[in-house]
Amino acid sequence: MNGNSTSSDWDGRYFHVDQILDKAGPRTDESFVPGDQVKDFLRNNCKILVIGAGGLGCEILANLALSGFKDIHVIDMDTIDISNLNRQFLFRQKDVGKPKALVAAEFIMNRVPGVKVTPYYGKIQDKDEDYYMQFNLVVCGLDSVEARRWINATLVNMVDPENPESLKPLIDGGTEGFKGQARVILPTVSSCYECSLDMLNKPTAFPICTIANTPRLPEHCIEWASVLEWPRVYGDKKLDTDDPEHIGWLYDVASKRAKEFKIEGVTWSLTQGVVKNIIPAIASTNAIIAASCCNEAFKIATSSAAYLNNYFMLIGTEGVYSYTFEHERRKECPVCGGESLDISIRKDWTVERLIEMLVEKQDIQIKKPSLSTPTKQIYFQAPPQLEQATRPNLEKKVSELVEEGGEITVTASTLPFNLSLRITYT
Amino acid sequence: MLKIWSMKKNEDAAAKKKPKTSAAQIRVQKDLTELDLPSTMQTHFPDPADLLNFTLKITPDEGMYKGGVFTFSFNINPNYPHEPPKVKCVPKIYHPNVDLEGNVCLNILREDWKPVLNLNSVMVGLQYLFLEPNADDPLNKEAAEELKKNRDQFLYHVKSSMRGGYIKGEQYDSVAQ
Ligand SMILES: [Zn+2]
Repeated sequence: MNGNSTSSDWDGRYFHVDQILDKAGPRTDESFVPGDQVKDFLRNNCKILVIGAGGLGCEILANLALSGFKDIHVIDMDTIDISNLNRQFLFRQKDVGKPKALVAAEFIMNRVPGVKVTPYYGKIQDKDEDYYMQFNLVVCGLDSVEARRWINATLVNMVDPENPESLKPLIDGGTEGFKGQARVILPTVSSCYECSLDMLNKPTAFPICTIANTPRLPEHCIEWASVLEWPRVYGDKKLDTDDPEHIGWLYDVASKRAKEFKIEGVTWSLTQGVVKNIIPAIASTNAIIAASCCNEAFKIATSSAAYLNNYFMLIGTEGVYSYTFEHERRKECPVCGGESLDISIRKDWTVERLIEMLVEKQDIQIKKPSLSTPTKQIYFQAPPQLEQATRPNLEKKVSELVEEGGEITVTASTLPFNLSLRITYT
Repeated sequence: MLKIWSMKKNEDAAAKKKPKTSAAQIRVQKDLTELDLPSTMQTHFPDPADLLNFTLKITPDEGMYKGGVFTFSFNINPNYPHEPPKVKCVPKIYHPNVDLEGNVCLNILREDWKPVLNLNSVMVGLQYLFLEPNADDPLNKEAAEELKKNRDQFLYHVKSSMRGGYIKGEQYDSVAQ
């Protein structure tokens, strides 16, 4: 039955998975063709990238490998800490200090025959579009908002209207204690990560005057040490939350403060937790969210069932509650929203002439636009100093500032979103 | 593999490749170019090409701090507006909501920050601290106590601190106009 078996496959290896791939179900996408072709794609062609090899990443890697993905890549910039071992089950005590991506890849390949996991120990920002272009799908199990915003923007920017292959589905999982979410982002088609940025719980911050004057919690003492005492004592020296000596200093300072105010509960690990903003990770939340992400990856890779549209939320703080809804695209989203226009102008047009044209354009209703390229300001209406600094550009030719096919970002108070112009010259 | 391309609507077919301008960059451009500041506030960019690091000068035209010039440094990180800008008061001043290191107690700079707020809201909030110093959220405890108990004495100390005077052994920076 396994039309595409390789030497490492054995009879019945995919018996259960094949129940889904050998026949269409009532909710199957109409483009789905059951049988060998889809199995071949999943097992021999589909290339999937997993970002993050931590709590979620370990689960995701194991799930993908066991459901039949065979060409898996993984990126992670961290090394293994002893505190990871309770839930990041691909790691053992002997691995402490080694890169997560490498150890995770090795473990999966030893455990699941025939699966190739290619690790990269480093930052996602080290890689360019050509790298991300090679994958069919990207699954994210990250704990950093910044990294997520980066990969989201990168995948949205990669979408090339002339190349269907450039649209890479992004499946994003995230957990925080007993809460979590899984979502499917089809860049430029459905709501992106940036669209929903204001839904995020922001990290708990205590009022600075409470920290300074009326500490009541051990967290207040730790924040006093990190927010007020560290810069007072060390000036501009940056606090490195990964440096045990720095954490040790904060712990000592916070402990003294706690003693003074008769507050209990300042510990080394709480100190580390507060300054690194760590919310205790719950293994079962990771498992549920990773399962949901991998389920979506499988459905999208095979079109064997309807995929998540587009946001699944899990709240396990009181009982188990989950909710699925369609998060809508934001028109003013700075990544996937806004308007874009192709504009063709004469090579001798000045910036001033371009601005006049924008203002005159009936369909965009723009007043007092400010213009920039990704690397420099062209003309800013305010504040006064920047207006003055950019004013000489009004006389310059657009073609001196923007290359053929280059982009200009336009903002204006009359525009709720940003407008991007792609300039060509006649 | 699911055929996602066909789901791109017609309007999207026209969607062009977006520039590499980061979301934070666009947001900062929008915030800065739409600043609507009264004449009592002025921004200054040491490097006009760097929009993420600049200063704000506040010269209150009423209230107890009238006659002074107060400079704040702004530092915006790439995670803006998920994270608030980092703001510090540059001169050492005698103010209940500003400590001797320049930390500022303004709720929207920390616990009440939301991405819908912008640089304008922060600047207006800072100016308000000079019009209505708030003794209930003290960072300089002595100044706050004094404001509560003896307003005249507080005002006297504010004025002398602004000329670079000493208060309880602490010398303040001269911020006179
Ligand atoms: Zn978006």
